[in-house]
Amino acid sequence: MMQTKAILLAGVGGQGVLKASDILCRVFMDSGLDVKKSEVHGMAQRGGCVTSHVRYGDKVYSPLSKENEVDILISFEKMDTLRYLNYVSKNGTIIINQEEIYPPAVNLGEVPYPSDVLEMIGRCFNNVHPVNALALALQAGNTHAVNTVLMGALSSYLSIPSDCWEKVLRDSFPAKLVDVNIEAFRLGRNS
Amino acid sequence: MRELLSGNEAIARGAFECGVRFAAGYPGTPSTEIMEAFAKYPGVYAEWSPNEKVAMEVCIGAALAGARALVVMKHVGVNVAADPLFTASYTGTNGALVVITADDPSLHSSQNEQDNRQYARFAKIPMLEPADSQEALEFIKIAFDISERFDTPVFLRSTTRVSHSKSVVTYDESRIHDERKTEINFNAEKFVMVPMNARKRRVVVEKRMESLRQFAETFSENRIEITNPDVGIITSGISYQHAKDAFPTYSYLKLGMVYPLPVGLIRYFASKVRKILVIEELDPFLEEQIRALGIDVTGKEIFPYTGEFNPGIIEQAIMGKVDPQCRLPEISIPQRPPNLCPGCPHRGLFYVLGKLKVFVTGDIGCYTLSFMKPLEGLHSCICMGASIGMAHGMSKALGEEGRGKIVGVIGDSTFLHSGITPLLNMAYNKSDAVIIICDNRTTAMTGMQEHPATGFTLQGEKATSVDLYALVKTLGIDQISVVDPYDLKAVRSAVKAELNRSGPSVIISRRACVLFKRDKTSPRKPLLNDPEKCNGCRLCLGLGCPALAWRKRDLEQVANDVSSKNQGVAVIDQNLCNACGLCAQLCKSGAITEEKR
Repeated sequence: MMQTKAILLAGVGGQGVLKASDILCRVFMDSGLDVKKSEVHGMAQRGGCVTSHVRYGDKVYSPLSKENEVDILISFEKMDTLRYLNYVSKNGTIIINQEEIYPPAVNLGEVPYPSDVLEMIGRCFNNVHPVNALALALQAGNTHAVNTVLMGALSSYLSIPSDCWEKVLRDSFPAKLVDVNIEAFRLGRNS
Repeated sequence: MRELLSGNEAIARGAFECGVRFAAGYPGTPSTEIMEAFAKYPGVYAEWSPNEKVAMEVCIGAALAGARALVVMKHVGVNVAADPLFTASYTGTNGALVVITADDPSLHSSQNEQDNRQYARFAKIPMLEPADSQEALEFIKIAFDISERFDTPVFLRSTTRVSHSKSVVTYDESRIHDERKTEINFNAEKFVMVPMNARKRRVVVEKRMESLRQFAETFSENRIEITNPDVGIITSGISYQHAKDAFPTYSYLKLGMVYPLPVGLIRYFASKVRKILVIEELDPFLEEQIRALGIDVTGKEIFPYTGEFNPGIIEQAIMGKVDPQCRLPEISIPQRPPNLCPGCPHRGLFYVLGKLKVFVTGDIGCYTLSFMKPLEGLHSCICMGASIGMAHGMSKALGEEGRGKIVGVIGDSTFLHSGITPLLNMAYNKSDAVIIICDNRTTAMTGMQEHPATGFTLQGEKATSVDLYALVKTLGIDQISVVDPYDLKAVRSAVKAELNRSGPSVIISRRACVLFKRDKTSPRKPLLNDPEKCNGCRLCLGLGCPALAWRKRDLEQVANDVSSKNQGVAVIDQNLCNACGLCAQLCKSGAITEEKR
């Protein structure tokens, strides 16, 4: 019996967090596992915080994770990682996109963007995996593929064959974007 | 077929499978996607009605004609639709009528957190509550069966975490039932609710409740799972999932039907366990009814009344607070509040209103966000349509003191939902307030749904499009003007002119939502700010536009300029700017321009 595992995806509206979690859930489902995910949408969310809880295993009850439980946190924005650390289990893995997206208070020059995010996180967690997803997405050919790069980085922590991921990726994008996303995924997986 | 479906998609799927071909609703988070998904099935009729009350009446009529009718709304929508619903409980449905109420514990996108299970008891209507997408698909079918079998409207209650979670659903694609036969049925005693008939139906309602209570006793979705007899949990809906996650070995009575309750089954369960916990979000709805049976339970003395639950909240309530595994950095992280989009047509209007220092009664829509800094252009928000009545009431109560100081604002979709009658009232009762209809050509906040002024139906057919100007005129408002909210000067002079005038007036602030693809004009180039000309005055930042930032100049440049204002420079994010031009209109040094020089 496989115990329920938890992944938390977090980022900023417009970064493709929800698309990424849709892809992730399809991968789990196609691997024969039970999976549930939950997020909240409806209000004007552009530029706001977006999170998606994903839980998978043989039998999943709640779609929501509790504090100290999340096995893998994938943070799409550097500073925002700090908001969700309370969810991550002591031995959990944190994948961090190094991109900085300034919130209004930073944009208006009222407060600085926190400077030592990685060090702060490193003091509490041992498994931290920074990714320069924007650069890799650009290398793959499309800056919008940041989310797929991060799925690639995540895939190296899950025992799911690449074929399964790539099949889902092919089903998830229009034909002209498939190659870019497969490349972005591979770059992320090897990051 | 095995598929990941949201609760909302599963409800639509289940309804289609069991022969429902008729649905009506009004958009509202978290219910909106049910109608959108249902409308795509072959051979169905689905409509956005102007409001929930109309949708309810439309479906009562469809059911009277023998159809299986689905009516969909968010929790506060039931308040609007309650009037017809309470009496439809008396008439019965003839065909079948299922009402979806999508509740929003934690107020993710709502103005209140009401627990609509109370409506089931209040209106004497049975209510089912699914706990995930698979149950949503099954329960909607059961709801229609109950409606037909007992000749009653039936509630299906979802919550945000059921509607907007996705989980694996298996279904048989070949099991699609045909639609019900429809026909005209005359039965005045049953459908004309004058006192002499309604009194008789009143008795029928109580008899029906008695039959439903008996049905509940053996209903297969009121399910007992006895494992560890030390603790028994009575719960329903998403709370079951959270509790089961946190305490998999306890015994459970999971109620698929939360009204009426299976009294005998609850007593039986109570006799099998040593201690009972009732786990439910919001009101102690189950708890109070179970206590009234003389059964001792633990409920709201340990579980919160407010907010949605998760496994952690339930675990903490039962076991006490768990110490965190490691000490996390204690720093304040700058917030990311929701904001109007770059290029949002509301921004110009609310910038002007904020500067005029008038009291602005607001309404439900994206523009409600403009209450926040730096715009601060909206000062109240109660419910759909409230802005107009409230502006009139304030204006009347203040008398001379309020002259020229009260403005009501309302979106196009919201105006058609419930703003027409209060505006009629303003004309009739000689109001002095100014009403502004923020006409962005769509129902933007819930994701671009059609309404009676867009010219299209939910199913994409061309439709008549109500002329807002003519409608306002017909209601008795003589003073009407139309402005473009991208033109700050025009907005300011229009609002000032109307504030100075006595009698009711309406301004239609008209420009399509910047995200609305159908009305999109050719994309404009992002604006540029010339750092040589920019004097760092920050005036443009008062718009609160996500595309505008302020950066410190490097020291060398500052050294050549003694002006204290000139320490920084405005920066326009070229990926975000939609070239609405508001910042260029505000800029006094002419630094912001359209084309690269």
